[in-house]
Formats: sequence, structure tokens, C-alpha cells
Amino acid sequence: MRALWRYLVAAVVLLLGRGRRPPRVERAERIVPAGEPSPRAELLVLALFGATAACAVAFVVVYAVESIPHQTQFLGLSLGVAFAFLAAALIVIAYRLVVTEELEEDYPVPAHPAEQEALGQLVEESGDRMTRKRLLLVGGGAAGAALGAALVTPALSLGPAFEIAPFFRTPWRRGVRLVDEDGRPLHAHDVLEETFYTAYPEGADREQLGAPIVVVRLRPAELHLPAGRDGWAPHGIVAYSKICTHAGCAVALYRKPTFPTVEPRPALVCPCHYSTFDPARGAKVLFGPAGRPLPQLPLFVGPSGELRAAGNLSGPVGPAWWGVRNRRPS
Amino acid sequence: MIRSTVRFLDERSGGAPFLRKALRYVFPDHWSFLLGEVALYAFVVLVGTGIYLTLFFDPSTATTHYHGEYQPLHGLEMTHAYRSVVDISFKVKAGLLIRQTHHWAADVFVVAIVLHLLRIFFTGAFRKPRDLTYYLGLTMLALALLEGYLGYSLADDLLSGMGLAIGYSVLMSVPFVGANLAELVWGGPFPGTPAFWSRMYVAHVFLFPLLIATLLGAHLLLVAARHHTQFRGPRKTERKVVGVPTFPGQTPRSLGLMSAVTAVLFLLGGLVQINPIWLWGPYHVASGTNGAQPDWYLGWLIGALRLVPGFDVTIGHYTLVPNPFWGGALFPLVVFGFLWAFPWLERRFTGDHAFHNLLDRPRDAPWRTAIGAALFTWVALIFLAGSADRVFVTFFVSYGWQILFFRIAVWVVPVVVLLVTRRVCLELQVSERVERERRLAEEEARRAAAPEPVR
Repeated sequence: MRALWRYLVAAVVLLLGRGRRPPRVERAERIVPAGEPSPRAELLVLALFGATAACAVAFVVVYAVESIPHQTQFLGLSLGVAFAFLAAALIVIAYRLVVTEELEEDYPVPAHPAEQEALGQLVEESGDRMTRKRLLLVGGGAAGAALGAALVTPALSLGPAFEIAPFFRTPWRRGVRLVDEDGRPLHAHDVLEETFYTAYPEGADREQLGAPIVVVRLRPAELHLPAGRDGWAPHGIVAYSKICTHAGCAVALYRKPTFPTVEPRPALVCPCHYSTFDPARGAKVLFGPAGRPLPQLPLFVGPSGELRAAGNLSGPVGPAWWGVRNRRPS
Repeated sequence: MIRSTVRFLDERSGGAPFLRKALRYVFPDHWSFLLGEVALYAFVVLVGTGIYLTLFFDPSTATTHYHGEYQPLHGLEMTHAYRSVVDISFKVKAGLLIRQTHHWAADVFVVAIVLHLLRIFFTGAFRKPRDLTYYLGLTMLALALLEGYLGYSLADDLLSGMGLAIGYSVLMSVPFVGANLAELVWGGPFPGTPAFWSRMYVAHVFLFPLLIATLLGAHLLLVAARHHTQFRGPRKTERKVVGVPTFPGQTPRSLGLMSAVTAVLFLLGGLVQINPIWLWGPYHVASGTNGAQPDWYLGWLIGALRLVPGFDVTIGHYTLVPNPFWGGALFPLVVFGFLWAFPWLERRFTGDHAFHNLLDRPRDAPWRTAIGAALFTWVALIFLAGSADRVFVTFFVSYGWQILFFRIAVWVVPVVVLLVTRRVCLELQVSERVERERRLAEEEARRAAAPEPVR
């Protein structure tokens, strides 16, 4: 038993010792040139590493201790400064501890003409057995194109690509009541001059471009609506689509004439690109990039003084597209 | 330890000769060569912080009523997308730091790419054999702009909603097929179906990052295959590149730069507020706010959209070119198209088909420098026009007059810049030549005055 144990130990020692102490190769000449040691720089790098670690620990502490105020600021500060110390340490290493060499190297050869020739030859010779190369190419191309088209076809499921009716749809119909943000009906006497109101069709989805409208009251004498819109503005109250005809933002600003000599008329303004519309003239574009007036909603006042739509909007809402002038909204 | 690791790797990959070459690959030294690296490191931070954010973000347009930590929003109706971003900001520990760092990193990423592009352009580094590298870089810039836009649109706050409405309108404005494209992307008219949010999400966190990373890999491979360019200098020729080797010289420098970029981004993310979406509130189709500005890298597009006078090109009842097309689609296409075509244009007009490893200084190529400066001025002026509303609020300069000024200036000033820049380059060349000749003459005079050496 004892002998067996000794054999085992000997075997293990031999096995472990195998291959150890390789014959010492005579060191060839240095690859990286030698340089003077720089104990001060080493000390500096050590200090910077220490500072990095301290800041990293501070980050963990700030994260863990709930009672520390301004978490985001201290977390960012500790982590940022930790990385800054690390950057400093690495830069000291780069410029003070590592030998700065200036090496020369050949740029790669610009081109390999022989290889290019061989490649061309290789491809050409590979097709030598084919006699009707062009026909085969056309055939292969056609097959590839058809297959490509087939593979792309399911992308049409992304949306109703050829249906244009949805662009003309709005929730406005004759008799639909105007309600405010909280769903309360808007009454004619609620609508004051020199300010504007946002209204929606009662009971409709508000997150569609056709839904929101702006309502303003102007003096009836100042109104110059386009022909055919008589009676659309009871008591001088006009309503337009709130969605800008330029780029679909909400027309969320009302410029009332604070300085009447400079800005004589009130205007509806879109805050995205400052398209400016004249509510007294059918929301004609006064300024800015919009290419169409805002569609107008004809109004009438119901029996209890509430405002109601007298029909659909005068045109399609929102940004222009190829068919936007083709039809009236439905 | 080192030897055994090397042995392990070499015996399994056979990579020792390659690795040895890679470690002694030469990097020419100039501060402006680091701009691309800054972009690379910002991308690394973007991926890291981005992965963290996906663990908390909920890309859903289903609505909810908010009852979280931020009191002013209590009871408001909002989408889960917006709610989850508010939660990342207030509920998730370190969430706001990571979110703001992500946003800052996106802004820095694009700054670095643009500066890198300017350096490449004005030094002629895009010439053969590096034109392919340049095209990949330009494509990555375009992808980065879209990726950033998708990223801040996901939050579904008021500003991002307005931005999406504009993006939708620009797509709608594409002649002939715009409405069909928009319907495909959004799944119907704006604001689209709930599927639209998943589409944006997968594009932002998977498709675009994957595309950018792939192009980035190809970009770096091509850089390494053709080596870096260098400025003229002693021993630096078209055939010999001079500089610091990857290891040991360049490695700590690059790691140091990476740490520095990361440091700046985390400091910005922690200390400088960016996009406080809880102040903007949730988006609804009917809401908008004044002073709406996108992230800086889309400022040139909002400027262009604002500058175009109000008209749609129509034929009868058919709307051929809706207005947002000019500023939102054609303008960036022209700028990118020109930058894409420039290496070819330059070869065409100068007849220079040679290989170039040495860089030009801007003055060495007056036409290129002049054209680049003019193009930059054009884009910069349109960018400035995009901030005219802020100038109005801050300095009370009439918005209308500013727009009128910019509508003229964007066509006049670039031409002036073109001519002046070219002239300055030529003058610099002349003054250099004069200086050189003067020095040669002086030397000759000195040599003539000195007594002949006695043999």
C-alpha cells in the first residue's frame, strides 16, 4: 500500500514536472525600445487608480443609501469623475510610462493587378461550359426579381396601403354637439372674444386628426368668409380644424391683436413652423409654409344655446398628400 | 502567464502572426484623427445605456391614468410608453441618470460624426482608396439621425408627438406615393395603430443599431486595410506611414479617450438636465406648445420646413408636391446626395484618379475648401433659421422679418463664402510661396557672404 502511494506521488510529480523549465531561448534583440523607469509617474498612476476606485465605491454608496438627496446628480458625479480619473491614469500611462515609439510602416500596395487578372479569368473560365450566357443571366435575373417581389409582398400587411378613404373620414356630421376637454357641451355664450377654445365632437375618438377643432368669436362685421359659407358662423363664432394643413401639428396659438397698428387682425398660429391663419377669412394662410387654409366647420346654435356642427368640415384635414384636394371629407 | 495565454490562443486560432502585426499597426498622430473614435465610444455608451433602458421601457400605446411618484401628472390620461419613461425618471433608481446619459450620448454621437465628416472632407481624406470608407460613414450619419429621431419619439411626450406628426407629414408629402407609404408605416392615418409603436421600438433597439454596428465594423475594417491617412511631414510619404503602434503606444491613449468620453457623458447625464418629458406632458393629437425644438441634429430640417414659403404644387385637383417635401425630404436628400457624389465629382473635375495617403491642408485644395465651406454655411444658416422663434422670444426681433432675411441670406451668403474662401486659400498659398522664396534667398545670401572653406 505504502509502495503504491509512493509510486502515485512519483507519477504525479513527474506528470506535473513534465514540460516545465523549457530550454531558455536566447532573447532576441528588443522589439520595444528600453526606457528609463519613472517612479513618480508610477506613483501618480497608482493615486489615480485609487481615486477611480474611491469614486466607484461612492457611486455604489449613493445608490444604496436612500437618504442621500439628489441621487441623479451624485450618481452622475461619482461615476463621471471615476471615469475621468481612469482617463487621467491611462493618459499618464500613455505619455509617461509607456515608451513612445515612432514607427514607420509601408502603406499596403495600392492594387494587385496579377490577382485582379486571375480573378477575372477565374470567373470567366468557370462559365465556359455555358453557351447562352446572356439568356441564362436574364433568366436568373427574372427569377431573382420575382422571388424578391414575392418576399417583399407580406410587407403590404403593414397597413392598408391602397385605401385612401380613411384620409377623408372625420367624425363631424350635422347636429353633432361640440364638447370641451372635459366632455361638457360648449355653449355659444361661453365663447368669448380675444381667446380660443379647443372642442371635440361629442362621443368620438379624440385621437384622430379629424376630431379637434378651434373655436373663436369675432365681431360679425369683421368676418369675410369665402363665398357659400353664409350662416356658418352664428354670432360671429367660427370653428376650424385644429390640425395644421402643413405638418399635422396642433394649431395651439392664438395671436390676438395686442398692438392693433402692427398686427391688425387676430390669427391662429401653429407652433411647429409658424403657419398663420386668418380666422376671419376662412383661415386663409397669412404667413408661413402651409399650403391650404384650415378646413372650416359650419356651426349652428341649438335650442338650449349649445353649439352644433351644421355639416362636415369644408375640406380634408391635416397635412397635404397627392389626393388631398380630390374630395370633400366624409 | 502572458506566454501561456499567447500559446493557448495561437494554438487554437493560428492568430499569432496576425496579432503581432495588429499590435504594431501604425497610428499617425493628430488630434483631429480622434473625432471618429469619440463617435465610436459614444456609440458604445449608447448601446450600454440603451440595453438598460429596454429593461424598463414599455412600448405600448394602451392608455392609463397616471398615479406615480410625480404629483403634477396625477390623474392624467397617458400611454404606457410615456408612463414607463416617467417611471424610469422617477421610480427606477439610477434610471434618470442612465436615461439622460443615453440622450446626451446620442447628441454627442452625432456631433462627433459631423466633426469627423468635416475633418475628412476638408483634408481630402475621402479620396481613393478611402472613398468606400467615406460612403459607409455618410450612410451611418444618415442612420444615426433617423435612429435618434426614433429614440426620442418613443417617449410619447408632447414634443415627441409633435415631431412624429411632422415626420408623418413629410412622408405623406412624397410625390405620388407619400400617403401610401405613410399608411404602411403607421398602419393607417396618423396617429396610426398600436402596432406602429412596436415597429418604432424594434427599429430603434434592433434594426438601426444592428445596421449601424455592421456598417461600423465594415468602416473600421476598411480603415485598417488601407491604413490611416497622415499629414505631410518628415519621413511621411505616400508610401510610408509614420506614427505610434497600437501596442503599447496607442492602446492606453485610446482607452483613455474612451474613459474621457464616458466621463463627460455620465457627468452630463447626471448634472445637466435633458428632455424633462414630465414637464412636457403626454401627447394628444390636439395639443401643441410654443418653443418646440427638436434635438440639435434635426434643427436643420425644422429650419428648412419653416423657411419654405406657403404653397403646394398642384395640377388641377392633384397635389403634386405638398409643401413639407421641400424642407423635410428634398433638402436633406440634396445635402446627403451632394456629399455622396462629391468624391466622384472631384475626380471628374480635377481628373485626379491617383491614390492618396497624404492629406491636403484646406488651403491646398481651394475649390474643395470653398465648396465645403459654402455647403456648410448653407446648412448652418438654415439651422439658424430654425431657431428664429427663440431669437424672437429672447431678443424681440420680429419672427417674420427674420424669416424674410433668412429666405434671402441662405442663397446669397453661401456664394459669398464660396468666393471669399477660395480667395483666402489662394492668398495663403501665395504668402507661403513668398515666405519660402525669401528664406531661400536669405540662405543663399548668407552662403555667398561666408568665406569659402579652405581645403
